[in-house]
Amino acid sequence: MSEVSRALHEPWPSLARQKEAVSFGVWAFLASEVLFFGGLFLAYTVYRNLYPHGFVAAARETEVFFGAFNTGVLMTSSLTMAVAARAAEGGMRRLTFWCLSATGALGVVFLIAKGFEYHDDIVNRLVPGPNFKLHEQGAEIFWAFYWIATGIHAIHLTVGIVIVGTFAVMLRRRTAPLAGPRYEGAALYWHLVDIIWIILLPLLYLVGRAT
Amino acid sequence: MREKSARQIWKQMGIVWLALFALLGVTVGSAYLPLGAGNGVISLSVAAAKAALIALFFMNLARSSALVRLASAAGVIWLLFLFIMTAGDYLSR
Repeated sequence: MSEVSRALHEPWPSLARQKEAVSFGVWAFLASEVLFFGGLFLAYTVYRNLYPHGFVAAARETEVFFGAFNTGVLMTSSLTMAVAARAAEGGMRRLTFWCLSATGALGVVFLIAKGFEYHDDIVNRLVPGPNFKLHEQGAEIFWAFYWIATGIHAIHLTVGIVIVGTFAVMLRRRTAPLAGPRYEGAALYWHLVDIIWIILLPLLYLVGRAT
Repeated sequence: MREKSARQIWKQMGIVWLALFALLGVTVGSAYLPLGAGNGVISLSVAAAKAALIALFFMNLARSSALVRLASAAGVIWLLFLFIMTAGDYLSR
């Protein structure tokens, strides 16, 4: 059985049409993700507007190093993911496999760094509750947003790592074809998770640094 | 479509990656300059620019069909409704 006939599924008459359908479907799903995170960003905007001083005081407590480092890690993982999708399109099996593996590995690096950052945050009493460090009004709301937004982002990233890792293993064992739009579909999701983090960076880490 | 070599793929995507890192440098660096309201404007504009670079080149919107572009715009359009209508309420009180 050829690569193309293994990759092509009902009801699509051609791989080009199947690819179009996958891109369309994934983007429709990503639109719902945009609105899901959009609700969180909206809440952030409203509360920052209500408690500007509390948000600045709270944002100063985040660790810029971890935020910037992890942004770099995710942007690099997006590079390897984009190369993997194009390599698959060009029939380059080895390059696709190694780039998928690198993408998943960089995702794991992000989660490990995030774990160290969470540890510091907990030690610094930045979990909302009776022992919370700050007293400015609204600071606790900022940190509630921090934990919810970064937590949900980490869950999304974990799902991405599982998808990318599974595709890499299937490619290695030749249980999945190199042709077909699956790598493109996974890439679209991965890139959106990267974009969400890129928006979180200025909201969580870059506020109130100059004053 | 003509197939690209691995070298060409790395070069094309690498340029986008370099631009993303340059923008990361700008946004983190500018956060420490006392620019008042300008800090927020710069950091959010840079985030939007980075998102646009990823969407256009990594997510292929620059060479996608009209249908796919329309689907990608849907989320952003509804997000705009969400923000504009909420701002219309909170900012007019």
